[in-house]
Amino acid sequence: MNEWLLIALMALVTYLPRWLPFALAGKVHLPAPLERALDFVPIAVLTSIIAQTALVRDGTLDISPNNYHAIAALIAFAVALLTRRLFITIVAGLACFAMLRIFL
Amino acid sequence: MHTPAKQLWLGALETLPLVVAAFPFGIVFGAMANAMGLGAGVTLGMSAIVFAGSSQFIALTLLASAAALPVIVMTVFIVNLRQLLYSANLMHHVDRWPQWQRAALAFFLTDETFAVVSDRLNRHPGAPGLRWFYLGSALFMYSFWQLSTALGYALGSRIPGLADWGLDVAMVVAFIGIVVPALHRRADWACAAVALVSAVLTHDWPHQTGLLFSSLLAVAVGMAMSREPAHE
Repeated sequence: MNEWLLIALMALVTYLPRWLPFALAGKVHLPAPLERALDFVPIAVLTSIIAQTALVRDGTLDISPNNYHAIAALIAFAVALLTRRLFITIVAGLACFAMLRIFL
Repeated sequence: MHTPAKQLWLGALETLPLVVAAFPFGIVFGAMANAMGLGAGVTLGMSAIVFAGSSQFIALTLLASAAALPVIVMTVFIVNLRQLLYSANLMHHVDRWPQWQRAALAFFLTDETFAVVSDRLNRHPGAPGLRWFYLGSALFMYSFWQLSTALGYALGSRIPGLADWGLDVAMVVAFIGIVVPALHRRADWACAAVALVSAVLTHDWPHQTGLLFSSLLAVAVGMAMSREPAHE
């Protein structure tokens, strides 16, 4: 297989979905329901990524106390709810994870 | 506060935990490509021209299984439909940008940069200098993705176990810090809950199709539950 052809085609199918809506912005008018649906994209996609990264470790669902990613996520969730501050949430989550790794 | 330099810096700063989380993956990608016998030029070229972590890993996996070229390209396209949602979500915020800036900045639209840009829009709606903030995040992600790929390729099998440190936890807690303050309405909470459960249940679907399915399902549920009249 021609590796550079593969890269060129991969680049194309990666770039087009990133660029097309940007290019059409201001030119096409999306239907109102679609606009409303798109508002949910950050919550929907980022939460899906969080779930699959924190709760699925090494390809299997892990909701045991041995899953430090999940515990750190839980702490981060609580801190985010209380403070709504990004920086504090990250520091609390990472500190929790580091302590679990060091002391347990 | 809103000078270009300041925004550029802020964009990079907010992306820092996500860069830390992505770094080991770049190293693993480089090392995997090396182990598979891919040339240095092809490996670095893929990171430089494609710049999409999940797509690059999937391409490697498919290459290893001797998949045909159209299969790889089609799979990569499906994985990237997530970025189509990101781009569409940002349409209203880029419609005043010149086309050349949209074309340039779209190239850097990763999970990470979308997350921090979306966070900024949620916390400071309408604040000026978005494109500089975006660019700061983009360039930081891009340069470290190249660096980590090169490092991984050079180290090859002598990977220093960085992948086992669990640095991806930085992405998890950063995304939580971004999502939680965006949960305002009951529909937002329902959307997040559905995404969480669905993503876990579909985690073993091939090529991240579970991620795409869960995202679309969660959007649909959020839609169905929001009763506000449509604006704009």
